[in-house]
Amino acid sequence: MKEKNVLKMEFPSLSANEGLSRGVVSVFASQLDPTLSELGDIKTAVSEAVTNCIVHAYPDCIGMIYLRCRILEGDELEITVKDKGRGIKDVKKAREPLFTTGGSDRSGMGFTIMESFMDYIRVRSKENVGTTVTMRRKIEKRASVK
Amino acid sequence: MKVTWQKKKNKLYIYLNGELDHHEAGETVKRIEELIERETPRDCVIDLENLGFMDSSGIAVILKAYRQISAMGGRLCIENVQQQPMRVLDASGIERIIGFTALK
Repeated sequence: MKEKNVLKMEFPSLSANEGLSRGVVSVFASQLDPTLSELGDIKTAVSEAVTNCIVHAYPDCIGMIYLRCRILEGDELEITVKDKGRGIKDVKKAREPLFTTGGSDRSGMGFTIMESFMDYIRVRSKENVGTTVTMRRKIEKRASVK
Repeated sequence: MKVTWQKKKNKLYIYLNGELDHHEAGETVKRIEELIERETPRDCVIDLENLGFMDSSGIAVILKAYRQISAMGGRLCIENVQQQPMRVLDASGIERIIGFTALK
C-alpha cells in the first residue's frame, strides 16, 4: 500500500498526553477532509488505544508510546499505537466487550469501540515485550460545495 | 474539565464541561460522588451539552454515578448529548439501563 504522508511521534505514558495525541491525529487526518463524525470516531479510537498503553501496558511506570499516522492510497488513514510494556496475555479475551483487568474505573469497552469505529484493527502483543495496535479508516470522498 | 451543578427541587443537575477521558475521569468521579453525597437528591441528571468529547472512560464515570444514585433509590438520566459522546454511549449499550436524550 502506497504511503502518501506520514507522521511519527513518541511521548511518555502520562495521561495528559491522551488529549494531545488525539488532537494531533485529528489535525493530521484533517487533510483528508473528513466529516466531523468521522473525525470524532478517529479521535475516540486513538484515545482508547493510547489510554490502554497508559493503564495496561505501563501500569506501574512511565514508558514510551509510539504513534504513527499514515495516509494511504485511496484516502485511507492508518494509525499505529505501539508500546514496549507488559503485553496482553490473551488478546482474544481482551477484545471481548466488557472484559477488563482495570476494575470499576474501566468500562472494558476500549477495543469494542476501536473495532466498531474503525474499518480495520489488528492487535499484536507479546508478554513483557509490548503491544502494537494498527487501525485503518477510509475517509469517504465528499462532493465539494461550491 | 469543569463540573458545575444546581439543584431544582429534589433533582440534582450536574453539568460536565470540556472533554472526559481517562485523564479527567478520576477527578470527575470524585466530584460527582461528593455532590450526590452532600446534596442527597432523589434523582440526578447529568447534562452533557458542553461535553465535546468523551471516550470509554466516561462510560465508567456514568456507571458509577448510576450505581450511587440507584443505591439511594433514585434515578439517573443523561441529557443534551452531543454527537461524538452519543456514538460512544450507543456503542456501550448503557441505554438499556440509563435513559438519555440527544442535544437538540
